[in-house]
Amino acid sequence: MNWLIDFFGNPDNWSGPDGIPVRLLEHLEFSGISLLLAMLIALPLGLWIGHTGKGALFAILSANAARALPTLGLLVLIVLLMGVGTIVPVLIPLVALAVPPILVNTYEGLRGVDPDLRDAAYGMGLRGSEVLGRVLVPVALPLILLGLRIAAIQVVSTATVAAYVGLGGLGRFIVDGLATKDFPRTIGGAVLVALLALIVQLGFALVQRVMVSPGVSQRQTIR
Amino acid sequence: MIKFDRVTKRYADGTVAVDDLSLEVPTGEITVFVGPSGCGKTTSLRMINRMIDATEGQILLDGVDVKTIDPPTLRRGIGYVIQQAGLFPHRKIVDNVATVPYLLGWDRKKARDRAMELLERVGLDLKMADRYPFQLSGGQQQRVGVARALAADPPVLLMDEPFSAVDPIVRTSLQEELLRLQAELNKTIVFVTHDIDEAIKLGDRVAVLRVGGRLAQLADPPTLLARPADDFVREFLGRDRGIRRLSFVSDEGLRLRADLTVSASADVSTVRGTDEPWLAVVDGENRPLGWASVKDLPDAGTLADVRLAPYGTFVRGRDSLRGALDAALLSPSGSAIAVDEEGRAEGVATREALDEALGKVAGGVGA
Ligand SMILES: Nc1ncnc2c1ncn2[C@@H]1O[C@H](COP(=O)(O)OP(=O)(O)O)[C@@H](O)[C@H]1O
Ligand SMILES: [Mg+2]
Repeated sequence: MNWLIDFFGNPDNWSGPDGIPVRLLEHLEFSGISLLLAMLIALPLGLWIGHTGKGALFAILSANAARALPTLGLLVLIVLLMGVGTIVPVLIPLVALAVPPILVNTYEGLRGVDPDLRDAAYGMGLRGSEVLGRVLVPVALPLILLGLRIAAIQVVSTATVAAYVGLGGLGRFIVDGLATKDFPRTIGGAVLVALLALIVQLGFALVQRVMVSPGVSQRQTIR
Repeated sequence: MIKFDRVTKRYADGTVAVDDLSLEVPTGEITVFVGPSGCGKTTSLRMINRMIDATEGQILLDGVDVKTIDPPTLRRGIGYVIQQAGLFPHRKIVDNVATVPYLLGWDRKKARDRAMELLERVGLDLKMADRYPFQLSGGQQQRVGVARALAADPPVLLMDEPFSAVDPIVRTSLQEELLRLQAELNKTIVFVTHDIDEAIKLGDRVAVLRVGGRLAQLADPPTLLARPADDFVREFLGRDRGIRRLSFVSDEGLRLRADLTVSASADVSTVRGTDEPWLAVVDGENRPLGWASVKDLPDAGTLADVRLAPYGTFVRGRDSLRGALDAALLSPSGSAIAVDEEGRAEGVATREALDEALGKVAGGVGA
């Protein structure tokens, strides 16, 4: 407890380029950009594969391969190849981390939709894109959001690795704290990361509540 | 009119689901495709709205080959009801019903008004409109499925075992609802079922298919029951074929006797002398009360004091010969009381009269 007070109570930790606000913003920048890129890749791909049924095997295999990549190892390798100076070396492993859960959950979500429902939708005269957008996505939304949530939490937690290669983010407190045996600093950094992950979790619960139809989540509507 | 002209469907794996099928589905009638599981009913139905494309032959919808129409456009003009209803779980009932009107670009208010009108028509409480499908029973969902298919007022309705997944009581009420709706709407309906009783109850015409997708017989229900084309159809029709046929024979040929009804206020002495063993006793408004056994009449009093035996009635001009026979079997007199729509006695169909009418039916089966 004292360590937490040491760290969070110290006004020096709240300002300057090594202060909590700056580090937090850096962390959010890495995470946000990575997640956005991962969504841009994985959502359309997952929707396409889930809707057409084409390329499912390819998607599963490459998602598994991407999962097997060691994030830190990949990061070090990229830094060795590209050098530091931009945030790109951090983004690549984080995107690789975030794509599989989004891709797989989107694909599985669509594939899991009751075939009778799909059939009825076509039978009513919906076109392929209308079936996807108006029926399959709304019904598969809980799983799609689950994929995004898993990806976001992993990215937020793992973005700490940026510090190992000299970049910023909340990982700095952990790495620097360890290097200088400043344990309050290390623990303070870890607590910040955990808090951030918690906030992401809550944020998604909220999004889920707003975006998913009560008919899908089977929440009783009041009447 | 829908016309199948030498239609064959061969699936990619070589299964011939429908083989050289030619038949016509007349406008404004219910045509039922019936047959054992796997005989190609669903395939035949789904070729009409191009959910499946025929391998050979043509399906003409009012003279136009369906293959020349873009499938979504074609389907928006054809109502489609499936076994599991297939309602959109994320949409409220009213929006489910308005699906096709929305697709056709109706304005929202008009589409929803139309949806509400249809919910009422298919016998659903309007409170259901704002619910989601998971909050409805299977039977209610099926009603919504029918309302949804009717929303844009398509001339043609395709129904694939729509009532097979609900319990028998609900099924009966859904069947009756469909007949009632059809009497108002006069749609061209193709109805698929594996249940021959359902086929006979609903169909103006019934197409019996055999496995391999070949047409075994196409006929109206009485003809089907009276003259099955071959052993397959006979076997498929099952037991009680003769009795079931009577449902289609009007009671009009049944001779009624007016002299067998007596008022409850009549004195016992006035009827004692009759040769008849049983008399139908009616009240002051001519409504049946029961049968009086003449040999067991008391010595004095009116017929109102007599213990009456149970009776059965049939509505003259509405019930079939089967209804009359059933009514006769409900009474120890062996005769049935004919009543009008208000329940007033019109006369009695005696055993002899029933016998005579049944004889005519049996004679009509032909050699
Ligand atoms: N997509 C398909 N691929 C291959 N065979 C199929 C397919 N759909 C149906 N069949 C086969 O075609 C035959 C007719 O099927 P179907 O029309 O569904 O029959 P029914 O509706 O009368 O039970 C069956 O033997 C069935 O196994
Ligand atoms: Mg079928």
